[in-house]
Amino acid sequence: MPKVTYIEASGAEHFVDAPTGLSAMEVAIDNSIPGIDGDCGGQAACATCHVFVDEAWSEEVGGPSAHEAQMLELAEGAQQNSRLACQINFRSDWDGLVLRMPAAQF
Amino acid sequence: MEDLALDALPAEGLDVSDPSIFAQNLQGPIFERLRREDPVHYCSKSPYGPYWSVTRYKDIIEVDSNHGAFSSAGATSLDEVRAKGVSADATPIGGFLSMDPPGHGAQRKIVTPALAPSNLVKFQDLIRERTRGVLGTLPIGEEFDWAKTVSVELTMLMLATLLGFPSEGRLRLKRWSDIIAGVPGDGVVESWEQRDQELKEMARTFLMLRDERRAQEPASDLLSIMAHSPEGQALSDMEFASNVSILIVGGNDTTRNSMSATVMSFHENPGEWAKLKANPAMIDSAVSEIIRCHTPIMSQGRRATQDYELGGKTIRKGDKVMMWYISGNRDETAIRDADRFIIDRQNPRHHLSFGFGIHRCLGNRLADMQLRILLEEILAQGWSRIEVTQPPQFAQSSSVRGVRSLPVRIHP
Ligand code: FES
Repeated sequence: MPKVTYIEASGAEHFVDAPTGLSAMEVAIDNSIPGIDGDCGGQAACATCHVFVDEAWSEEVGGPSAHEAQMLELAEGAQQNSRLACQINFRSDWDGLVLRMPAAQF
Repeated sequence: MEDLALDALPAEGLDVSDPSIFAQNLQGPIFERLRREDPVHYCSKSPYGPYWSVTRYKDIIEVDSNHGAFSSAGATSLDEVRAKGVSADATPIGGFLSMDPPGHGAQRKIVTPALAPSNLVKFQDLIRERTRGVLGTLPIGEEFDWAKTVSVELTMLMLATLLGFPSEGRLRLKRWSDIIAGVPGDGVVESWEQRDQELKEMARTFLMLRDERRAQEPASDLLSIMAHSPEGQALSDMEFASNVSILIVGGNDTTRNSMSATVMSFHENPGEWAKLKANPAMIDSAVSEIIRCHTPIMSQGRRATQDYELGGKTIRKGDKVMMWYISGNRDETAIRDADRFIIDRQNPRHHLSFGFGIHRCLGNRLADMQLRILLEEILAQGWSRIEVTQPPQFAQSSSVRGVRSLPVRIHP
């Protein structure tokens, strides 16, 4: 199982084992990591699971789909490396992946 | 309505557009039956014409997040006359809520910064101080109307602050909100003409305030943001007034009624009140649960732009589709024990009250904050409980779940 790090806006770090096949939103919720709300339950419909993919990983993880990009426009402070965590499905070789959370979800 | 009488009626005859259903608070069993027997339901005849009802959680998300197939243009409520008015020069309401991309995004973005969490922090202390002030003057042990004394007063104060509207005039905001949401014969609106007169008065007032703001330095209130942003300046007078209308209703009906729902929910569930008092850390999830259970905005409409398969039915291009958030929030297949009020449920934020997709409620963080502060300050008063002494009166509307009066008594 890959080990993934979530970092809150405050700098607090959470290291978790990420079962492959689950989304970054589901894993965050399952581990009660604050900073990801996931209000729509992973339908890419609410933009409350906004994360920033660490620069070193952005190519590997890839960019948002067209629909996802539209939802990200609703998120506060979205950047080049923004993604919806519910649309990131962990792969077995993503050991060491780092995701950062914004100060608040909108 | 007796369960027996309801079950005797064939599902195909059910018409949930009748606002008196909601005034009598009878919608629960009707929607329960639709979800079970005919979750994507066609009503061929209603006073507003034919329409579909989408009543299950998953189907509602599917419709709400597909703005390509389901357009918001002039179709967000059952009664479309309400948005457009009757005369050619009527003042339109709804602003970007009743628009599709790309126009929608451009106008929504004008007000987004004002309602972003980083801006709301600036209002937090003021909201707390006012909440404390209003709660501090309430009579103890005497009956009074919570809806009027607390919910309306606090909501108007906050909305006035957020908009940058003079707070002495705050009751005019409530009047306009009722007028915008109203239709002739509902007790507020007498005729379409009178309604439009008052909407024009609203538009004039806000255009004047906009011009005042333009002459001043930019500030963090909504009017100032709309007056100064380049996109805001590009709005015509009518577009500006129309967008103000959606902010007034969005910031008014929702919070006002959630504040009444807060008291109703805990009155009906004394065990949950005891839980919250013992563990105030549950306030955040309690707030989400109140918003889920009450569902202040019960429905939103769309118009199909293409034929679309949903739940085994074919919705035809041009058909009107109503999403019933109030029903989706009670969908047992998506939310466990959906009919119960449980402040520490597992995923309290998974509800439909804010809608989904590009039209998702812009004020959702403000709503969370206002209700959180209200609950914190109620707890701080140290009251043993707030008793509902007579049945609440609900609004005659299939759109806003309004609580018109809520007689209560505070127990010390
Ligand atoms: S959980 Fe709603 S967009 Fe990801």
